[in-house]
Amino acid sequence: MRQWLTKTNLLVGLGLAAFYGLIQILIQAGVLRAFHQVNLITACLGIIMAVSLNLITGFTGQFSLGHAGFMAVGAYFSAVLTVRGGVYSPFSIVAGGLLAAVFGLLVGLPALRLKGDYLAIATLGFGEMIRVLLLNAKYVGGAAGLFGIPRTVGWTGAFFAAAATVLVIRNLLWSSYGRACIAVREDEVAAELMGIDITKYKALAFAVGAFFAGLGGGVYAHYFYGLQPDNFGFMRSVDYLVMVVLGGLGSLTGSVLAAVALTFINVILQQYSAVRMILYAVLLIVIMIFRPRGLMGSRELRIGRGGARKAAGDGAAGDA
Amino acid sequence: MERFYVFLQQLINGVSLGGIYALIALGYTMVYGVIKLINFAHGDIYMMGAFAAYFAALWLGAGFFGALALAMGACLILGTLIERIAYRPLRNSTRIAVLITAIGMSFLLEYTMVFFLGARSRAFPELLPPVRIDFFDGRVFITGKELLIYGVTLFLMLALQLIVHKTKIGRAMRAVAFDREAAMLMGVNIDRTISVTFALGSALAGAAGVLVGIYYGAINPLMGMTPGLKAFVAAVLGGIGIIPGAALGGLLMGLIETFVIAYGQSTYRDAVAFALLILILLIKPTGILGTNAREKV
Amino acid sequence: MALLEMRKVSKAFGGLSAVTDVSLRVAAGETVGLIGPNGAGKTTIFNLLTGVDPVDSGEILFDGRRLAGRRPAVINRLGIARTFQNIRLFNDLTALDNVRVAYHSRVGYSLLAAILRVGGYYREEKAMTEKAIRLLEIFHLADKREAIAHSLPYGEQRRLEIARALAGEPKLLLLDEPAAGMNPQETGELAALISWIREAFHLSVLLIEHDMSLVMSCCQRIYVLEYGRLIAGGDPKTIQNHPKVIEAYLGG
Repeated sequence: MRQWLTKTNLLVGLGLAAFYGLIQILIQAGVLRAFHQVNLITACLGIIMAVSLNLITGFTGQFSLGHAGFMAVGAYFSAVLTVRGGVYSPFSIVAGGLLAAVFGLLVGLPALRLKGDYLAIATLGFGEMIRVLLLNAKYVGGAAGLFGIPRTVGWTGAFFAAAATVLVIRNLLWSSYGRACIAVREDEVAAELMGIDITKYKALAFAVGAFFAGLGGGVYAHYFYGLQPDNFGFMRSVDYLVMVVLGGLGSLTGSVLAAVALTFINVILQQYSAVRMILYAVLLIVIMIFRPRGLMGSRELRIGRGGARKAAGDGAAGDA
Repeated sequence: MERFYVFLQQLINGVSLGGIYALIALGYTMVYGVIKLINFAHGDIYMMGAFAAYFAALWLGAGFFGALALAMGACLILGTLIERIAYRPLRNSTRIAVLITAIGMSFLLEYTMVFFLGARSRAFPELLPPVRIDFFDGRVFITGKELLIYGVTLFLMLALQLIVHKTKIGRAMRAVAFDREAAMLMGVNIDRTISVTFALGSALAGAAGVLVGIYYGAINPLMGMTPGLKAFVAAVLGGIGIIPGAALGGLLMGLIETFVIAYGQSTYRDAVAFALLILILLIKPTGILGTNAREKV
Repeated sequence: MALLEMRKVSKAFGGLSAVTDVSLRVAAGETVGLIGPNGAGKTTIFNLLTGVDPVDSGEILFDGRRLAGRRPAVINRLGIARTFQNIRLFNDLTALDNVRVAYHSRVGYSLLAAILRVGGYYREEKAMTEKAIRLLEIFHLADKREAIAHSLPYGEQRRLEIARALAGEPKLLLLDEPAAGMNPQETGELAALISWIREAFHLSVLLIEHDMSLVMSCCQRIYVLEYGRLIAGGDPKTIQNHPKVIEAYLGG
């Protein structure tokens, strides 16, 4: 028997398939209109971005404030491939992810020499530089933006991209490679002295995290069919950071829940952007003071295990 | 010859901008020195200083020095309060936690102001008579504003240097920066020292806010973000935690930015600072005046 | 041939000599003690041996290889593992995961296999977990395998750290004050454990310790360090009666 075919996995898989099907039927039936779809897809994007950022910041302990920069790389590259190169859009979206992964390595490599807060500023600087370069790039429309990208991604594409992101990052984390990443977060010196090449795992986290951020960018480009550099500013990086912090630095299910919850809070507060930002600010401060590892810490929400359980680096047992 | 005049004029402009960056960078560097925190909200304290001066001039009819004093006082109180409320409870938390709190504090200040005042720019009142001194038949000139910026910056830096090196609290600050635990064992009041550091750094930021208001003539609630980050880069450039380093880094930053705008592409101005940061971090992460430190195992 | 040999190794920090002209050797299967007053440079020697700090001069030979310029992770894979004076566990991980992390350098499946859950992933994870549990059993920690490391009592954290070091299958185990904070009974058990480990795992031990009963009962040979220099070396009897040692250390 295939070992991943466990009762829990089957249950989760069936649940997700049922959820996907239900939404799909409601869309077909015209119950969920364009307004609902935008928010569903924004939630999927939030999941992709928050989970991939959590891999870098929550699990591997490398503070990144430039996640929107990776997203911009994926968004623009995939859009250019589709629009100018006539590439089949799923391919261009994956290619956007790959280029973002290369950028992730480029940022990750110098980052290996930087500690905590220096890294935060360097990644922030990276994100801003990408934005400024795009503003000056006539080929992709500069400040006016790049438009006319065919809308080839809808609920189905966004849902599967989000599901794939969570599955791949979960499988990575709950393996020996994931434990190595978490060991880097916990104590770099001890990890290195236990034979773990900390350079390699920081770079790995940045590359994989950036890949999925780029993938998210591609989904964004092919759903919203227009891109402007200012869509990918520092504020967007902070939006995703808030999701990671709220859900828990080191909790995948926490990130998923927070991405969904914050997407809906944003819908409610759409008319009051200042209030939304004040709320975000207060959330960040209060959570850090009272629960510095985020609401769920490194606990995961599980099915069939009696609720939340600590699962950092939980290998085969996670599939049992 | 014409190019020489342009160069000279840019030099004058660059030094004024650099002086402002230096004042903000000093606050970053002092706070980083004592608690190893990048006080993300520092740029927004400077924005609050500009608004304090704006309302002092508008409602109380304060002149330049009155507005400056009020702004510095307001920022001093604000900085102390922020430290007390948001940072002190996190004294023993991870650095990521404190940094996230600082980002939260930054947004809180910005968007509370946006909420009450709106995001639009406001014209900063003319607190100074328009004075202009010409050289080379007016091809190079320096304004009274710029002279005042030079004067105020220099005065505040010297005052800070005096406080840090000649007073008891300054000695405590240096001790805490060097080794907090040893300082505590020697009877230094850590909480008080950190409070004073925030107070001094914030007052300097307040002064910088007033100077920027005068220099650009307009202020808005989001004005703190970018100059704040640039001033941080300036502090890193000079060697973070080192007070003369912040002054040097700020000056260099102002000059580099002015020359990039004058001779290059003004649209790249904000990217320059970050490119510079990444370069320093790769070449000499401890900054121009920094020395290497090692982690204890 | 000696397993480990330090030849006239020196190290200074900011002009202050921490270790000066230290030459010492550890033979295969030997337990060697390293004693001396606080600040004598014992932990610095561990840091030099494990590549945390580079040596200034002299050379270190391990298993016939020069260690100069190798990164700590590489040195660990060559066969040197250590514990820390101030315990450095992966605090937020379970006891089991602390040990499994140390097996990572010999992981038997690829990253792709982990992501796709194919190849040897399940088999290798199972084998790794079983090995880790057997190791925890030796240290009486098997029933604590799901406990978060920082929630363990102090003595168990010390034992877990040794278990984690052994997971890398080292040829040389460096123990930095393993008995610190233990009561005499626990120290006695630790002494027996160290001797047993050396036999069972076929390795050599270099031990920094202040507890003389532990050093005298475990070690075949002892080196004495003072102000960064070796002032004596020999078997426990010789060291106990060495006038310089009595003056510098025991009599101090």
